[in-house]
Amino acid sequence: MLRSPARRPSADSSRASPLSCKMDPALSAVRLTVQEAIHTLSSSEDVGHILSTLGTLKRYLGGTEDPALPEKEEFTTIHFSAILRCLVSKLSPGWLELSPDGQLEQLWESFFLDGPPDQAFLVLMEAIESTAGPSFRLMKMARLLEIFLSKGRVAALMEEQCRPQTKPSFPLFQETLLSKVVGLPDRLGNSLQQDNLTQFLPQNYFPLLGQEVVEVLKAVVNFLQGGLDCSVSFVSRVLGKVCIQGRKKEILGVLVPQLTVLTQDSCLWQRVCWRLVEQVPDRAVEAVLTGLVEAAPRPEVLSRLLGNLVVKNKKAQFVMTRKLLFLQYQHTTPMLQSLLGYLAVDSQRRPLLIQVLKELLETWGNSSAVRHAPLEQQCYISKAILVCLAHLGEPELQDIQDELLASMMAGVKCRLDSSLPPVRRLGMIVAEVISSRIHPEGPPLKFQYEDDEMSREMLALATPGPAGACSSETGGPSLASVVTETPVETPEKTVDSDVPSVQPQGSDSELDSDDEFIPYDMSGDKELKSSKEPRYIRDCLEALTTSEDMERWEAALNVLEGLVYRSPEATREVSVELAKVLLHLEEKTCMAEFEQLRQRALVAVTVTDPEQVAKYLTTQFYGLNYSLRQRMDILDVLVLAAQALSRPRSLQRLSQHGPPGSGTLCAPALASSQPGNAATPDWQVVVEERIKSKTRRFSKGCPRRELTGGPNEFNSVAGYFFFPLLQHFDRPLVTFDLLGDDQLVLGRLAHTLASLMYLAVNTTVAVPMGKALLEFVWALRFHVDTYVRRGLLSAVSSVLLSVPTERLLGDLPDELLEARSWLADVAEKDVDEDCRELAMRALLLLERLRDKLLSISSP
Amino acid sequence: MAAPFPPPPGPRFVLRGTQSPVNTLHFCPASQALGNPLLFSGSQSGLVHIWSLQTRRTVAALNGHKGQGVTWLKTLPQGHQLLSQGRDLRLCLWDLAEGRNTIMDTVQLDSVGFCKSSVLARGQLCWMLAVPGKGSDEVQILEMPSKTSVCTLKPEADAKPGMPMCLGLWQTNSSPRPLLLAGYEDGSVTLWDILERKVCSRIACHEEPVMGLDFDSQKAKGVSGSAGKVLAVWSLDGQQSLQVYKTHELTNPGIAEVTIRPDHKILATAGWDHRIRVFHWRTMKPLAVLAFHSASVYCVAFATDGLLAAGSKDQRISIWSLYPCS
Repeated sequence: MLRSPARRPSADSSRASPLSCKMDPALSAVRLTVQEAIHTLSSSEDVGHILSTLGTLKRYLGGTEDPALPEKEEFTTIHFSAILRCLVSKLSPGWLELSPDGQLEQLWESFFLDGPPDQAFLVLMEAIESTAGPSFRLMKMARLLEIFLSKGRVAALMEEQCRPQTKPSFPLFQETLLSKVVGLPDRLGNSLQQDNLTQFLPQNYFPLLGQEVVEVLKAVVNFLQGGLDCSVSFVSRVLGKVCIQGRKKEILGVLVPQLTVLTQDSCLWQRVCWRLVEQVPDRAVEAVLTGLVEAAPRPEVLSRLLGNLVVKNKKAQFVMTRKLLFLQYQHTTPMLQSLLGYLAVDSQRRPLLIQVLKELLETWGNSSAVRHAPLEQQCYISKAILVCLAHLGEPELQDIQDELLASMMAGVKCRLDSSLPPVRRLGMIVAEVISSRIHPEGPPLKFQYEDDEMSREMLALATPGPAGACSSETGGPSLASVVTETPVETPEKTVDSDVPSVQPQGSDSELDSDDEFIPYDMSGDKELKSSKEPRYIRDCLEALTTSEDMERWEAALNVLEGLVYRSPEATREVSVELAKVLLHLEEKTCMAEFEQLRQRALVAVTVTDPEQVAKYLTTQFYGLNYSLRQRMDILDVLVLAAQALSRPRSLQRLSQHGPPGSGTLCAPALASSQPGNAATPDWQVVVEERIKSKTRRFSKGCPRRELTGGPNEFNSVAGYFFFPLLQHFDRPLVTFDLLGDDQLVLGRLAHTLASLMYLAVNTTVAVPMGKALLEFVWALRFHVDTYVRRGLLSAVSSVLLSVPTERLLGDLPDELLEARSWLADVAEKDVDEDCRELAMRALLLLERLRDKLLSISSP
Repeated sequence: MAAPFPPPPGPRFVLRGTQSPVNTLHFCPASQALGNPLLFSGSQSGLVHIWSLQTRRTVAALNGHKGQGVTWLKTLPQGHQLLSQGRDLRLCLWDLAEGRNTIMDTVQLDSVGFCKSSVLARGQLCWMLAVPGKGSDEVQILEMPSKTSVCTLKPEADAKPGMPMCLGLWQTNSSPRPLLLAGYEDGSVTLWDILERKVCSRIACHEEPVMGLDFDSQKAKGVSGSAGKVLAVWSLDGQQSLQVYKTHELTNPGIAEVTIRPDHKILATAGWDHRIRVFHWRTMKPLAVLAFHSASVYCVAFATDGLLAAGSKDQRISIWSLYPCS
């Protein structure tokens, strides 16, 4: 029999020597009996003899008939392990068969199940680990261990360690015990391999262990009530070790709910819990605390379980106030709420909460953090700030008002500078809430932002209220709104239903008359436009530049797009001038859809005369006196125009085919339905539907739509759109610095270039474009701004999509290799999720490229 | 999914040649036309054209208002007589019998406003005429053909409704008491009892001046249109008090005239937005929006057979045939 790294014998010998000095006469008796028994067991084949020997030994165990047996203590401390080992070594089918009625087997098991649990457990584990391969003995032991577990012996084992220690304790022994108790699933898994029993699987074992811990704690509480001192440090260590091993969900999922109930109105239980957490070894504190915060449903529960641990224990304080808040961000909002709520519940912990808020805000306001931290973390910190604010009262906030204000201003500034809308929105929401809390009486700070799920969630967090009721509160408003809505609706309905019921009374006998009056189509009944709209392009131009008559100005803008499409020749004569006017056009009146009208008109002009206008617009993009808005407008217009040009059936031809009589109304309608709509007129669809419904077909194939081919009009002009944009990006102007502050425009530029590249698919100029674009990407690949990086990544993807495969490999192999390594790097390490995903896609495209190449070359 | 509505019809035919915006239209009653239906139109140039609906040409042009616009036309029940009101402050009574086109009589008016007069036949040769009076807010009632002034209806001093904009004389079948509905500049419609010279009821149903009204004495309901966006339907109860029954919001503001078809089934409005709108009279359900004219429509008129005529600033008169009379 192999012995496991034997700490136990050494412990035995050290323990045996003082005892042997004291009780000489008894010693010899017990030792003699044991030696004799071992001899009998190892040699005898006689069942009766074996049984009687075991019976003698059994008497030393939990024999109730004579509890004060002096030998008992000696037997259990010194000789028990030896007996057990001997019993294990004898285990074989033949040996157990010696007594056919199972008496021997029963007696054999009872030694393990009734004796001191720690020794029995250690011997069992040792035996299982040292037994090789699938065998009868191994399975027998495993089954025995299963029974051992199911009989609650682990609880007895731990309870033993918690008892007031009369004997000196042995740290090494406890350490072994600990590692075996916690490591049981791993060890059993290793030994039993395929034959592992379900009870030993971690998902089953650790909940059981949790239950056992509860039992132990109950016993401890009983001891304490009985006036005995106890130590829970062993349980704490078990807990710590399990949590470190990553099984905190399993064990705490059982433990916390029960402790929640037990600690509810018992101070003693609370003290036991506090002690339990305090005694957790330092290196396990983080794991245990994280698990507890996750598992505790409410801040009050957490407070009952932890007490003032954060104040007393430095490590715990670090975990709770720094690690969970600043270094991690994967935790859920309820967890944040219970963590911060825990800090807020007790007056001793409140200074910590204020400290936390200050630090959170400092981080929030740090521009470098805003730039480099992933969005999820920023969101997490913002949420934490809002929860803190909800917990803090007026006077506390007044004390730190200045600091809050300073950090807030810094944070809002760098957040509003960000090119990512969610980051900007975070800045707005948090700033609104902070300012409303700092200056409740002053005029409220109010930003305009879209009301989405995240913002609603954030604002719900900020409403101060009983923190415990937060979860129920989130359901509250929606319920309330439903309730308030219904009564509003019902009167409307009744009003509606009243009207027809009243009318028959008023009219005498004309009940039938409704049928004969079928209304005609009234969709043409629109607001009357003033008759001031210009009829010619030049009139439009004049109206837009010089007209003081606002109605005429508006009318001109309204009809411009239609006019441009209807009279391309006239437009070409003044195209650049028109583009200039439109680019500099300012909203003079409060006109609905001004931006769209202006943009559509600009796109129309660009589509009509692409070469000249694109030249003009691209030079103006790097011009001196433009606002960022105008520069971004230029980019948008270029993309939209390129899109319109590269479409097989361009808008131009559509509007020419349109019904000529319908006049000005029809042109905008057509134009507004621009991208992608298969531009068959409504009536045609209706007619086709009707024919289809009335026609019976004998064979049904797929309805084939004739695809009309046409030249890609973007082909000849793509260069004018693309290359000028690349020329000056690294040359800062006084008013415009793409590589400096104006990174938002740089991001837009990157996205625009990507779109243009994509739209240039199947054009001859695609190859030089791709080359230039890859160079551009290479120059900017380590840009700090996420939005810019996203643009660059999509640019790479569109290069891969647009440039023909063979040219890509023939002309750009080096660039591709470089891009590949960069993409792999981004896909792995970038902080932004979208960036990682985009890089992943580009990599997949590259892979596909390689596959295509292989499939070409292999046959 | 809305059921596909049929597209609105075009006009049956169009009468051109007034050379001037058409201010008012009136169909000659079938009883007098004798198989040759006629339409009278009054234009801004002061001419009254008589159109034959069979040949679709002018039969005659009456020039009696010295080049000042004709604002109102009405045939009298007895004989071939036509009343025309002009902005030359005269009301002319034309004799059209046997091809004559002569002015039989004139009434001098005192108001320079645009208010159309109203007429009510009271006997074989006796009729009552309501015209805008001398004071800017007065309405004068004349007994015709004697031209004796019956009374002057003047609002109470503190009411200040402004000028009368449109008038409608009527009486119920049961009682001989003549009543007058008048739409005023402040957007109110007032019901006058002429014999007692007092206001029976008054409702403010518009925010802009009332431009036209029509009344259906069978249902005791009337409709008025104003310069604003709202078309108001009001009803008269047994105590002779007016109540707003329903309002209808229009797409564009401005109604020049409202006319209920003689069979009380539908009504039409003349819109400043160039469109004629047709509604179901009982439910006020919109039935059609007729967009034909290129300028404001000034007047709409119905013939007893259901034909609809509309005159516009674009100098055309469009004739429509919708929802035939049963």
